[in-house]
Amino acid sequence: MTEIFVLAEHRQGQIRDITFEMLSKGRELTGQTNTELTAVLLGKDVKTHANSLQDYAKTVLLVEDPKLENFNADAYHKVLSSLVKEHKPLLTLIGHTSFGVDLAPSLAVSMNTPLATDCIDLEFKGETLTVTRQMYGGKVNVKATLRKAEGYIATVRQATFPPEKKAPVNGKIVEVPSILSEEVTKKRFIKYVLPPPGGVDISAAEVLIGIGRGIKDGSNIPPVEGLAKTLGGALACSRPIVDKGWLPNDRQVGSSGKTVKPKLYLALGISGAFQHVLGMKTSDLIIAVNKDPKAPIFGVADYGIVEDLFKIVPALESKIRELKGK
Amino acid sequence: MNIIVCVKHVPETAEAEIEIDSTGTAIKKTGLVFDINEWDDYALEEAVLLKEKLGGTVTAITMGSEDSDAVLRKCLARGADDAIRLTDPQFEGSDGYAIAKILSRVIKNLPFNLVLTGAQASDDGYATVGPTLATLLGIPHATMVKKIEFNDGVAQVNRELEGGLEEIVEVPLPAVLAVQTGINEPRYVSIMGTRKALKKEIKTLGLVDVGLSENEVGEAGSWAKIEKMYVPPVEKQADFLSGSPEEMAAKIAEILKTKGLI
Repeated sequence: MTEIFVLAEHRQGQIRDITFEMLSKGRELTGQTNTELTAVLLGKDVKTHANSLQDYAKTVLLVEDPKLENFNADAYHKVLSSLVKEHKPLLTLIGHTSFGVDLAPSLAVSMNTPLATDCIDLEFKGETLTVTRQMYGGKVNVKATLRKAEGYIATVRQATFPPEKKAPVNGKIVEVPSILSEEVTKKRFIKYVLPPPGGVDISAAEVLIGIGRGIKDGSNIPPVEGLAKTLGGALACSRPIVDKGWLPNDRQVGSSGKTVKPKLYLALGISGAFQHVLGMKTSDLIIAVNKDPKAPIFGVADYGIVEDLFKIVPALESKIRELKGK
Repeated sequence: MNIIVCVKHVPETAEAEIEIDSTGTAIKKTGLVFDINEWDDYALEEAVLLKEKLGGTVTAITMGSEDSDAVLRKCLARGADDAIRLTDPQFEGSDGYAIAKILSRVIKNLPFNLVLTGAQASDDGYATVGPTLATLLGIPHATMVKKIEFNDGVAQVNRELEGGLEEIVEVPLPAVLAVQTGINEPRYVSIMGTRKALKKEIKTLGLVDVGLSENEVGEAGSWAKIEKMYVPPVEKQADFLSGSPEEMAAKIAEILKTKGLI
């Protein structure tokens, strides 16, 4: 029977959440296509991971090789393409992660297989695969169909599908010998670099003021910092603020920064790109100020204010001082 | 070090309200400000910084109509030596795969040690052009690049992973590196530079020049075809406060007080 492949993603001894999210979507798609779910696990000494994947997939294809210890797009490409050639899966799901974006395009080109990236939904109608993606930083969604082919590859956005609950599938583990020869891959993993510990731990703060692109310039930050102080909170931010060097990277909230869950998250001039939202959506109370009434941040906020943040900040500062003074 | 940098002219939509046009598969472009794709801006700066450090040339390439010359002029003003625009009515509707095919046909005939692209574009967000281009050229790549250093014909790059973690990988040259935002601080363009850039020639190449056929480019040569564009359904919507800034500030303060946050 034809299969749907899910490439298990793991790093530093942990299976990453995206794996279970893809298994969840993959299972749903096997129902639409009369296929079976296969987890593909590449690594070194990862038998325990294979055992946990048995609870989710009918088959676990396990390839162990010292060269697969750390993710390496070249090595992964070689092994995965040989498995795809042999099994001819209808669809291969890969995480739209730093690992996945390094691997999927070259795999698709060399296998001559259509690829859709950063999918937030996938659906088969007959043999046609339709995917849902976002464009313009999440301001619009598109439905796109892939060119008809024997097989497809898709990368899947993180934290989009609920992680699969264990299913009584008791899948079989199939060990496949590694095809990697002694020859060194073009690309070589050297080491992981941990972020240097910062002065402020925003993930421990009870009140956070998050600033985004709407702050316009680094010189506009001090008044907002003043407001954060008045509220007894700390300053956090979205990616562009760190990219511009206005705040250190330990203040960044989101998928490439920190996940926070304060009692109050006040978002100022943050549009609410999904990467940022991922890091703050479970905050107890979210208040957002943005000039664009359609900004996605209002989809996660409890209270919204459509106004220039530079008018709100001083007004709020004086109101809070007034209340505190009483 | 001869470097090619691939750039895209995109509408700035981060802070703009956008609407879907009558085709139902694209946004209304009128009234939007266009500029270099943010990721490409960092790739361009990295290319120029490397040229200043190591010598060599920087060639900027884009695909698009005459409007895209603006982004090439910006590249020239910022320090690129040459500029090429790939343009043909048949190129329209190309996805990341088709764009990479077109780029690869031109780049394979140019002398280069390094190709830099942005990690993704702010409009379609495919994040495929860099690695796809590398595969078509038969050379290695790295994506999400936050730092580049060279050592004996090998690039040592930091790749951004999730949660603030980075990995260091070695990639032998020639290679394609897809640059993540924040890798450097893009410079401002001097008036002198802008003036000088206006005098430089922009080379244009079409379908025949790149040696591809109609069905290899545009929608026909793409992996995916957009069927429908729509505003994402709202699952939850904030309670919008109203009034003057002072009134709204008072309402927030009241909410915070009720929740015991003041």
